[in-house]
Amino acid sequence: MKYLLLMYADEAIGARYSKEELQAAGKVWAEFRQEIAASGVLMSSSGVAPGSSVTTVRVRNDKTMITDGPFAETHEQLGGYFLVDCKDLDEAILWAGKVPTAAYGSIEIRPLWAPGS
Amino acid sequence: MSAAEQVESIFREEHGRVLAALIGHFGDFDLAEDALQDALVEALERWKVAGIPNNPGAWLTTVARRRAIDRVRRSVALERSLPLLDSQPSYDEHDMDETQIPDERLKLMFTCCHPALAPEAQIALTLHTLGGLTTHEIARAFLVPEPTMAQRLARARAKIRNAGIPYRVPPIELLPERLDALLAVLYLIFNEGYSATGGDEPIRKELCLEAIRLCRVLVALMPESAETRGLLALMLLHDSRRLTRLDEAGELVLLGEQDRLRWDRAEIHEGIEALDEALALNDPGPYQVQAAISALHAGAPSAELTDWRQIAALYRSLAIMTPSLVVEINRAVALGMADGPQAGLSILDALGDLAQGYYPFHVVRADLFRRLGRTEEASASYRRALALCDNPAERAHLQRQLDPLTGEGSEHGKA
Repeated sequence: MKYLLLMYADEAIGARYSKEELQAAGKVWAEFRQEIAASGVLMSSSGVAPGSSVTTVRVRNDKTMITDGPFAETHEQLGGYFLVDCKDLDEAILWAGKVPTAAYGSIEIRPLWAPGS
Repeated sequence: MSAAEQVESIFREEHGRVLAALIGHFGDFDLAEDALQDALVEALERWKVAGIPNNPGAWLTTVARRRAIDRVRRSVALERSLPLLDSQPSYDEHDMDETQIPDERLKLMFTCCHPALAPEAQIALTLHTLGGLTTHEIARAFLVPEPTMAQRLARARAKIRNAGIPYRVPPIELLPERLDALLAVLYLIFNEGYSATGGDEPIRKELCLEAIRLCRVLVALMPESAETRGLLALMLLHDSRRLTRLDEAGELVLLGEQDRLRWDRAEIHEGIEALDEALALNDPGPYQVQAAISALHAGAPSAELTDWRQIAALYRSLAIMTPSLVVEINRAVALGMADGPQAGLSILDALGDLAQGYYPFHVVRADLFRRLGRTEEASASYRRALALCDNPAERAHLQRQLDPLTGEGSEHGKA
């Protein structure tokens, strides 16, 4: 089954990092990327730009409404995603727990919708 | 037992095993449930005429499998607009008795209690699929409208399917935490039946008995798990006192005041046996410790003649395994009995601010003050407890404790 692992975290945390903390975080990320790439479950992944760059669009009565900022104003913002192909939810949970931001943010596991499967 | 009751008891007994086998075979919760319903309807009619088969579980599994295949064929035919195949199978009822059904209930238990499902969904699903309780029965037991419960079950089944919750016994690295979660669900089911003072009593009792029944099944499937046996012991020992927990007026009766002659001796015996088997596995855990405490109460002729020192020591072990306010307050009670009220108060005084908002803290404190003759502090503590408690039965009990201390018995005493 295919799952989207969505990383949510408080953007301010990374911004406050010292040089040493940034280096340490970079090392943890590099190790994680290597591990998930070698596992064969990873289909694609990317970070997304911070909440300040987000635009939300709604069409109501044929009128397009454009607003600044994300759909939901919450403390934790989407920081990126991993699309993985796993045997079952337990395997997806295992990988979600290894994503470095899980240690201070949250990883939401979204199964891709596959009607009738 | 009437024939109808006998059939009903077989359905209840076989439900989990047959359903687990069907899910294992077809990998589809909804299909398995629908097919089992078909088989149960067929059994009701068939068994009236032909009698109950030697191996009803095998009969139900075989028939349900055929009905499931019918259903799949029908939906495939609908999709492809093909003519329906002849779905009336011929089968030898003798064969069915011989069929070996693999016991897949353990997988089903772990799937129903997967932590990705909400706790109330885990409970409902476990009672429905393994316990064979109807949606109506579960809704009544949990005091929610039937459509709400039906929706809760449907959502849980949909999540199992759509989120890919596995149908298996968890691998060794996940097993300890998943087993903990499973035991917690069984204990929640038991407590829902045991602690509630409202609602429909017979249905509540049903929850206690069902939790015990499912735990027995789990002990048989995982005989090496000490905590599973510990939980079984704990539930049996608690359940032995169930009938003495409420008086005729429905008021709560505390352990010290219960009629010990009415405790269920057979259940106590079985509980202690289960505890001994658990302890022999030499893998201690919180359920075993709690069962040991319960066993000491069960074996004591009165509250005064209880081995409170041993109980206090067991609460100390429990506090190390699972530190909590409740455990510390219970330890204070036990030590207050073993070494006098002052010893109990010392433990309570060390608990800090968090305890202040928890009414049992004030109840125990009040009782210890009362025994020391510090009436004013006792009254004040009972009032703090009353201000924090909203369970009517417990409030009435607290008021009965407070009245003699303040000389206001006439106002509330008859209420």
